[in-house]
Amino acid sequence: MAEHAAQKIDTKTAWGGKISPFNASYGKLMMWFFLVSDALTFGGLLISYGFTRFNAQDAWPIGEETFNSLPFLGHGYPLIYVALMTFILIVSSVTMVLAVEAGHRMDKKGVTKWMIATIIGGFFFVGSQAWEWSHFIHGSEFGKVELADGSQAIVKGHFGEIKNFTVTVAGKHHKKGEVITDDLMHQYHHAVVEGHIVNGMITLHDGSVAKVNKEADHEMMLVIKKAGKKHKLSDKISGEEASKLYYGAINSGESHKVIYGADLKENEYGPQQYGQFFFFITGFHGFHVFSGVCFNIIILLGVLKGTYQKRGHYEMVEKTGLYWHFVDLVWVFVFTFFYLV
Amino acid sequence: MKRDDIIEYSLDAHHSEEEGVKMRKKIWFVTALLTVITIVEVALGSLIKQSSPSWPIIKVLFIILTLIKAAYIVLSFMHLGHEKKSLKYIVLVPYIFFILYLLVLLLTESVYVAGVWEKHGY
Repeated sequence: MAEHAAQKIDTKTAWGGKISPFNASYGKLMMWFFLVSDALTFGGLLISYGFTRFNAQDAWPIGEETFNSLPFLGHGYPLIYVALMTFILIVSSVTMVLAVEAGHRMDKKGVTKWMIATIIGGFFFVGSQAWEWSHFIHGSEFGKVELADGSQAIVKGHFGEIKNFTVTVAGKHHKKGEVITDDLMHQYHHAVVEGHIVNGMITLHDGSVAKVNKEADHEMMLVIKKAGKKHKLSDKISGEEASKLYYGAINSGESHKVIYGADLKENEYGPQQYGQFFFFITGFHGFHVFSGVCFNIIILLGVLKGTYQKRGHYEMVEKTGLYWHFVDLVWVFVFTFFYLV
Repeated sequence: MKRDDIIEYSLDAHHSEEEGVKMRKKIWFVTALLTVITIVEVALGSLIKQSSPSWPIIKVLFIILTLIKAAYIVLSFMHLGHEKKSLKYIVLVPYIFFILYLLVLLLTESVYVAGVWEKHGY
């Protein structure tokens, strides 16, 4: 079979129409057409992102400040996680190209090995993205705060740990004097958003009132991301003043003074569009990666069955490879324009 | 019986063991290059603040590095560099224009429009 394919192909018999445009097979050419049109979609998304981002200038969040966490290790690792994701995708692109190369030598074992590696890489990337999304949606410990003058600020620094709540007024579930140590952060965030904290006293779900015993925050700094009557855009407030303003807003007893995490309506990082672009662009790309993994699995099954070996060429691996590299290519642009600049 | 799936494979891209060794060498070279570029990008991104005066240069540098990365992926991994010239340029030329449009919009146009909005309202 292999000698058939190794022959110089007569242009009179290639394709049904007796000619072979661009000396490429029908399937491959169609894959290129698809990729060109798909690239236009991503291009449109990135252009609208770029326009909005540079239009907003200083109000826009900075990539290395928003994405600075690692699983299990906490904060202080700017962009390392995204770089790791990029690296995983590059490596899986390399294993894909090695699978294609093995296919050109009709090396079935090689193709199988490298295809499996590519699929594993794809799963790693999709998993990483799931963690990033969850982290992005969940948000930080401080959140974004709306100050008394109407300005909005993001908060930097180390959040002092909450030790416990000491109940001072009994409710349905808690007695007076009881010390609550469970699920503190969640209840605290909920109370802050609902405006249930006044003068350091938290009103819990069941109606009991408790004193919040919390360690002091360190190196707190407010960075104004939306101007108000008093504070201008990009103003930085640190030290006592920052703490006073931040806890002033929390203890005001008004709801929605602090935003934690992100959804499509609002997010703690910056303007509304920031969250929307994040979900849409990385989501659209992640969906491409997921589809790519599915295609790769289908092709791997074909390789294992020996379909392509019998056919005399591994062009199917090349075609799915083109799609897979394209996904990597798009990520290179997303990485630069969404995370770096 | 005539097998039409064989004649469909028009690229005739089979190669020998020796050629394979050479190709793999090139693949590992491109891998190393892409990795190094990514590391440089992250290092620059975390070391130099957006507020620093050298940021505009860094921004342009990021774009250049990205384009180098993209070129290697398309021309080497996607094999476009070895396709027929006509196919190569049919894919690349629209994108060169498209990317230029993206850069103009990002680097100058959006800032200008922001200025106009600030002055005259939306």
